Amino acid sequence: MGFLTSFFKRAKPLLQLHSGSFSMDRSGRILATTLPTSFPQSLVLEIGRCVVETFRAGQTAQLPLEELVIHYPGLKITAREMRGGAIVFLSAPNLSAPTQQTS
Amino acid sequence: METRYKILLVDDDPDLLEVYRDTLALLPSQPEVHTAPSGARAMAMLEADSYRLLISDLKMPKMDGLQLLSVVRRKFPELRTVVLTSMADENFRSRVYSLGVDLYWHKPGSEQEMTQFLECMESLLGREYDESGFRGVQSKSLMDLVQLECISQSSTVLRITNGPFVGRIWVNQGEVVDSEMEELRGEDAFQKILRWKAGNFEFLPDEPHRPRTIFKSYNALLLESAQASDERSNADTSHNRPANVAAQPGAPRSSGLTEIVNTDCVEFAMKTVAETMVDSRGLENPEHIAGWMRQSLDRFHTLGETLQAGGLQQITGIGLQRNVALAQKGGANLCVGWKNTLDATEVRDRMKKILTLWAS
Repeated sequence: MGFLTSFFKRAKPLLQLHSGSFSMDRSGRILATTLPTSFPQSLVLEIGRCVVETFRAGQTAQLPLEELVIHYPGLKITAREMRGGAIVFLSAPNLSAPTQQTS
Repeated sequence: METRYKILLVDDDPDLLEVYRDTLALLPSQPEVHTAPSGARAMAMLEADSYRLLISDLKMPKMDGLQLLSVVRRKFPELRTVVLTSMADENFRSRVYSLGVDLYWHKPGSEQEMTQFLECMESLLGREYDESGFRGVQSKSLMDLVQLECISQSSTVLRITNGPFVGRIWVNQGEVVDSEMEELRGEDAFQKILRWKAGNFEFLPDEPHRPRTIFKSYNALLLESAQASDERSNADTSHNRPANVAAQPGAPRSSGLTEIVNTDCVEFAMKTVAETMVDSRGLENPEHIAGWMRQSLDRFHTLGETLQAGGLQQITGIGLQRNVALAQKGGANLCVGWKNTLDATEVRDRMKKILTLWAS
């Protein structure tokens, strides 16, 4: 029972999450990216939009933030506020985030 | 937002996995049923996603069911666990229950048995996360455990795990002689451990030469612990809170917040359950931050689903004035404000401990 179906059923392919970074300006445009072109542009925009909106809403709530780190089991997103926009780093959760330069 | 619980089914027989997957998917709560053909694969899936219930076979190659369950009970104490096996062996049954597994079930052989099995699975799925009790031989309070050991004049070391925290209580011939929890020793550690409401415990071999740091009788220690617990709950009930929160049924319990806000480096703590239920400590006007917290958690929860990156674990925000950490647990949102002297990693690590405290 179920013997044949196990041959024909294929699991839905998982989205490959890449490491890399991109920057977004305050109007939601991608300025630069090191992510491979195989990573969907719509997802890059969606990640950027989420972090920029969170920074913006934080300011409105009198909670101005300069860095956000979002932890998922399969991905870590580190975002730094940049004049209304953001620079966003995507990395595997076990890798350490880029350190802040204090020069 | 309706929650669909996730079940992880582990068996090395692919046909059986498929049958049970299809059957369990028909439960009234319509859970998402995922399958793993081996213990190692199951561990990887549990690390990557949050599950409500694990159903595992015992006899599997490489990592067998007992090995898997023993690791799972330590790493994921909140996960409900069921053994589904064809082995009718009382020794196995006792070993399985001694690991703290919720149910040991023979593979159903008739339609009636299958119906009973499904009813039990539905009941386990629906059980609340925040139920208290220590899971070792069976669910019981830590106070009961200590009392039982002392009354029976035992000599043992009780090792208790509560998320990232580990505590030890040394019992020598029915007397509590020492205790240890992180940097705490003696009575302080004992009272701290007894405040935990859930976790796992195990008995280690006794250490008769352990230096004694506790000289009170176990009755006095337990009495003090019970009094302290009463005082804490009274203090929480009488604490000021917004008028719109207190009267609402299902409003979040405030007990965790007071403890959280008294933690080192915490500036404020706030939790919300529904749109209007806000409870906070250390904030003058929590509504703005509550709105921001809900939006941010919803936004990144949805993003995690889109990216297939697993359930959102935590959001850490670093600011010039203060740092914050947001998390969701048991249907509630928690926001903790931290001193801005901590960096993002420190905030994340400390927040993990807070979440364990909160779950307790």
